[in-house]
Amino acid sequence: MPAKIDETITFECETGNYHTFCPISCVSWLYQKIEDSFFLVVGTKTCGYFLQNALGVMIFAEPRYAMAELEEGDISAHLNDYEELKTLCIRIKKDRDPSVIIWIGTCTTEIIKMDLEGMAPKLEYEIGVPILVARANGLDYAFTQGEDTVLAVMAHRCPEQEFPVGESKKTITKTNLFPFPFLKEKKLVEYANHPPLVIFGSLPSNLVSQLNTELRRQFIKVSGWLPAQRYADLPSLGDGVYVCGVNPFLSRTATTLIRRKKCELIVAPFPIGPDGTRAWIEKICPVFGIETQSLEEREERIWESLKDYLDLVRGKSVFLMGDNLLEISLARFLIRCGMIVYEIGIPYMDKRYQAAELALLQDTCIRMCIPIPRIVEKPDNSNQIRRMRELQPDLAITGMAHANPLGARGIGTKWSVEFTFAQIHGFANARDVLELVTRPLRRNENLDNLDRTTLVRNKNEFYTSTPTPR
Amino acid sequence: MKLAHWMYAGPAHIGTLRVASSFKNVHAIMHAPLGDDYFNVMRSMLERERNFTPATASIVDRHVLARGSRKRVVDNILRKDKEEGPDLIILTPTCTSSILQEDLKNFVDRASIISDCNVIFADVDHYQVNEIQAADRTLEQVVRYYLEKSHRQETLDQFVTDAPSVNIIGILTLGFHNRHDCRELRRLLKDLDIRINQIIPEGGSVEDPKNLPKARFNLIPYREVGLMTAMYLNKEFGMPYVSTTPMGAVDMAECIRQIKKYVDTLAAPILSSKRVDYESYIDGQTRFVSQAAWFSRSIDCQNFTGKETVVFGDATHAASITKILAREMGIRVSCTGTYCKHDAEWFKEQIKDFCDEIIITDDHAEVGDIIARVEPSAIFGTQMERHIGKRLEIPCGVISAPAHIQNFSLGYRPFLGYEGTNQIADPVYNSFALGMEDHLLEIFCGHDTKEIMTKSLSTDMSLIWDPESRLELNRIPRFVRDEVKRNTEKFARRKGISNVTVEVMHAAKEALST
Repeated sequence: MPAKIDETITFECETGNYHTFCPISCVSWLYQKIEDSFFLVVGTKTCGYFLQNALGVMIFAEPRYAMAELEEGDISAHLNDYEELKTLCIRIKKDRDPSVIIWIGTCTTEIIKMDLEGMAPKLEYEIGVPILVARANGLDYAFTQGEDTVLAVMAHRCPEQEFPVGESKKTITKTNLFPFPFLKEKKLVEYANHPPLVIFGSLPSNLVSQLNTELRRQFIKVSGWLPAQRYADLPSLGDGVYVCGVNPFLSRTATTLIRRKKCELIVAPFPIGPDGTRAWIEKICPVFGIETQSLEEREERIWESLKDYLDLVRGKSVFLMGDNLLEISLARFLIRCGMIVYEIGIPYMDKRYQAAELALLQDTCIRMCIPIPRIVEKPDNSNQIRRMRELQPDLAITGMAHANPLGARGIGTKWSVEFTFAQIHGFANARDVLELVTRPLRRNENLDNLDRTTLVRNKNEFYTSTPTPR
Repeated sequence: MKLAHWMYAGPAHIGTLRVASSFKNVHAIMHAPLGDDYFNVMRSMLERERNFTPATASIVDRHVLARGSRKRVVDNILRKDKEEGPDLIILTPTCTSSILQEDLKNFVDRASIISDCNVIFADVDHYQVNEIQAADRTLEQVVRYYLEKSHRQETLDQFVTDAPSVNIIGILTLGFHNRHDCRELRRLLKDLDIRINQIIPEGGSVEDPKNLPKARFNLIPYREVGLMTAMYLNKEFGMPYVSTTPMGAVDMAECIRQIKKYVDTLAAPILSSKRVDYESYIDGQTRFVSQAAWFSRSIDCQNFTGKETVVFGDATHAASITKILAREMGIRVSCTGTYCKHDAEWFKEQIKDFCDEIIITDDHAEVGDIIARVEPSAIFGTQMERHIGKRLEIPCGVISAPAHIQNFSLGYRPFLGYEGTNQIADPVYNSFALGMEDHLLEIFCGHDTKEIMTKSLSTDMSLIWDPESRLELNRIPRFVRDEVKRNTEKFARRKGISNVTVEVMHAAKEALST
């Protein structure tokens, strides 16, 4: 007899002390994504030291980013900000010749109220390189939201979409195409006649082409991505353009696209995991009046191929401490895989932007007969560790500050950061996500026969950091 | 404003946190915005620390900016006091919060009225000092606080021990090979029959500082952290200190002789259980226990004579390594330098006779330029120099912080002591030997002079990759590209496809899981 399922999602907000990375970390993947960009982080030693440690070896390859390190003279306003920034930007232009320089504002620039947005247009005019200002600071944002601030700013630079007169959406009759994957014939794929669709979110280019292909199979043409591989290739936006996001942390970008660029937002669950990818496509197609083709079979086939991993995780419990804002989508996928999720910590939750994802989470829980997990915004890490001690989950998905200590206390742990940098979108990568999730379980199984599950002495309290209580 | 890519020393609050988390039973609270608490990650991952790092952030957000932090900070202090029960809580700002100019000292005073534990505000100027200087200052502050407190409560035990004893000051978490060095120093002092009174801060409790004056003298292994404390103890309690870094055979001897001086004049040697003959100890260790002295005279090391090196690092390690290379191994140091600008005078004094050029800078580009100009046979520096070396194809050994995970070895690798001389000799030898191997390979034109006809396994069926798929393949990271290529071609052959397109690539990837 299944237990009574709580059918509504409740949100709590702990406003606690939790650990996550600074939003300027977005520089580490964005500068690689946008090939002709240069990122200038205007901050202090703290910011620089963080990026240095986060980027590790990558710094030495002379990446297209640098710190504009604020010194005492800058803080006390003895030096002229504009002149200082101008000197740096001229040097960057000479050394690197980027198509765009992106200034990243930090907590420090917020507090000293440095007018980056005021200076940028002037300097842009003077040195002839576009300058964007993104305020990715830890006062307002967490970790992946850094990308959100950059994309929101970039949206303003996208050209206006031009429509020929008398455009409307129509569907064509379906042509006879061999079902995937037997591609014996190379046929010219025809697209449906539909308004432009722009996808936003930074993904590695092979993922971009995978998702483009998925949509192409449904006769949908993606007219562009934000961000594009090159700044010069920004997609056209405007009234009549439809936009859809691939990541849950892009709510500001979505808002900017709706309000400032007058686009239409398609609210969909995010294409993480086969269920998410299918739901994403299923939300996009009807907007253009297209019927989806063979998605159910695709998804089923993927689930079948994952059988060995699914057997490993079924019934296991997981606790997400929360730091990269992907938690709802990950939890939904894990529940669909048959796991039980006790709690989802998340730094920030935009309920409207994630509405479809939340609905899918609810549906998935009902379908898998699993109680809806507790969702805690701005969690308190100490309280969570206390809760984990009681709940004893099989797996904790947590940041690197807590992973080792929890592991030493016998709880399987997975770095949450890996999900940010691994490829988790689309149908083809479902196995990769489960690979990540099952790795600690598989590893610990291999080690279990060493008969040492807890590697701390008895008197070390579970959740305190001090070895002997007073 | 300056354009910075890389810094040798971290920001001030890292230094304070290192000191705080080295003590047992001390909890640190950082007044900082989200994301500034990456120290916890560094300590957990680099030191492979099994326990939760005793540092929490009292988050500064818009709410705090509007209303002020007092309530939240005081609440957090009291909460940690109750939850964790530490003996001491240290409150530290970060660069950002120090601009807010809130009266954190006042919050500390308020909290300490109610809390059970002591609360201190780490008094460090974030724009003037870096990580190293902040660590030094915070350590001194903690020691001073407890000694003054003890003095007021009249619990100060100033009776010096009869038998020779010493404090080791300056072993820190995330320090370069600190843990191994500490073990080696213990061994050395045991051999010399000197009791260790306290080691602070690593593993020490804050109950310990009040016992510091009981020791005969202090040993400061690294100049960067500990000197301020030693000078304070010297001034207030007349405690002498030995700050000659015991690295390398010559400096080991010097250090031991200084120790002998204090032991002889201050303690009654007849009270030690055995008479230690210092000179014969030094002689025996140098010539027979340490392999380094013999190593420098062995045959293949003759090849090092006259070879050039560049050395760079923190003042302690750069100076010591320079002296070792120059006077113990007969290797020429073309240029040596440090990023510890505040210690430049001492540094120059130490190495002026042992090198051709001196550079004092914290700009890694300058160091890179010098290395490119000098073109040494080997570099001994930090992780940054190692990467410069990789770019210029010059072998490099890492001898100083800033370091990476590779430098936090599980195996025993001290730099100090007689075992340290061995540990240093190995990478020195390997760095040069690697260079020579490459040189020999060059002379003999590589391993294989026969041209390799085909680079890949050839089959009957040749596959054509269309331009789009070739582009796609090039976008895949190099380290998996070959695998992806092989897998796709295998799939294509199996399905009888001769023309590889992007769709075939995707299909191949999906088929991997079946």
